[in-house]
Amino acid sequence: MATAPRYWRENPSRYNMVGFKCNNCGKYYFPPRIICPLCHRKSVGKTEPVKLKGTGAIFSFTEVHEGMDEHYVQKPYIVAMVELEEGAKVTGQVIDCDACDLSIGTKVRATLRKLSEEGSAGVIHYGYKFVPVRENGERPGDE
Amino acid sequence: MKDVGVVSYGAYVPHFRIVPEEIGKVWGVDGKAMGKGLMISSKSVPAPDEDTITIAVEAARNMMRRCAVDPKDIGALYVGSESHPYAVKPSGTIVAEAIEAAPDLTVADFEFACKAGTAAIQACMGLVGGGLVKYAVAIGADTSQGAPGDALEYSASAGGAAFLIGAQDVIATMDNTYSYTTDTPDFWRREGQRYPRHGGRFTGEPAYFRHVMSGGKGLLERTGMSPEDYTYAVFHQPNGKFPTRVAKQLGFSPEQTKAGLLVPQIGNTYSGAVPLGLAAVLDEAEPGDRIFAVAYGSGAGSDAFDITVTDEMATFRRDASPTMNELMASPKYIDYATYAKFKGKIAKERD
Repeated sequence: MATAPRYWRENPSRYNMVGFKCNNCGKYYFPPRIICPLCHRKSVGKTEPVKLKGTGAIFSFTEVHEGMDEHYVQKPYIVAMVELEEGAKVTGQVIDCDACDLSIGTKVRATLRKLSEEGSAGVIHYGYKFVPVRENGERPGDE
Repeated sequence: MKDVGVVSYGAYVPHFRIVPEEIGKVWGVDGKAMGKGLMISSKSVPAPDEDTITIAVEAARNMMRRCAVDPKDIGALYVGSESHPYAVKPSGTIVAEAIEAAPDLTVADFEFACKAGTAAIQACMGLVGGGLVKYAVAIGADTSQGAPGDALEYSASAGGAAFLIGAQDVIATMDNTYSYTTDTPDFWRREGQRYPRHGGRFTGEPAYFRHVMSGGKGLLERTGMSPEDYTYAVFHQPNGKFPTRVAKQLGFSPEQTKAGLLVPQIGNTYSGAVPLGLAAVLDEAEPGDRIFAVAYGSGAGSDAFDITVTDEMATFRRDASPTMNELMASPKYIDYATYAKFKGKIAKERD
């Protein structure tokens, strides 16, 4: 048991997409890191947690047919690499759409959904997933 | 006591729908006739990864996008629902974190069948009016339950709306509120039970109609207002029939109730029903419009509100979040098997 504390520590990132900015090179990363993977020790003392907007575009995506146990009710489900407006790339589920509605470049935004549950009596984990953005009131797949 | 009102609002309805014909087909019932009788052509269905908390968060975020209020100025947040995911562990703490209002605020979950959201609005009015907090958030959200084959299965749906209550820059003033409450066992769910039980026809006259009529009349008497003074009227909508009849009995016209009557498209969203109806009205209301609203909760009670839209509405950023029409547009229709899977009605080895 007790994965609750581990998830709890990551709640700011999972709920509100709190990432990390390196003020040495100006790049954004998600999830937060201790040091910048490009600047290494030059970034020490020059990084800060930053809330990312949660909006971006699909960089690449796939439809998963044999996936994680906790998602078997949602099979097949879509997982995408999303390039956020700030430049960081984030992997997450894309929901409320079919794979045929999406393409590389489709605009998405982060929303909060259940990620998993520790059985029917355990804690429920919430976090970001992505939904296609409505443009002019419509979203991909609308007829 | 300060004057209080709505500073912002936001709504959310799940993407999926099921039609009554699809439900009736499984249980040997004329679903089309059932839908016609209830005046429900489809109902919203939450995805497997949605619950009252995710709906409340989405509504609250839509509310925050429409205003410039610093979430740290929110002093209270209440989530009203009869389908809180945890029996013990507040829904509101997750919502407060998700809109970055934590930790300097008070949070609690409310429960009063379908009127828990409006009970939360009243509590927020008191806290803001009394000067204890600058802003308070009231949310009504539900993923309601209907037992397989029960009449409720044709209506019980999901959705929610959030209201930011404050004393400055309000788009609508909450001029008066009145509640009418008795001990009436028309609908209930015992602790640990999966589905609610109801008193069938007993849910009508002695329950819904008595309380909504008394709440509505009580507010009109106390304010000296008449039905014709209002531009809009919103009533709790367990189906389309009840609010249509109660509106007529109180003296309101179909034109006044049209904008806030969402049940034909999305079903009964329980604690979300009147909050969503109000959101739909605020989507189109103009400065000076008057809104009359009566929520009903089984068990039983009603909360009535007298609301006036202010000049602030003219510059309010409605388009920063989806309107009710946009939220209800282009849903995905699912069959009963998918619905049963989504709602956890199929016993699975992994459960």
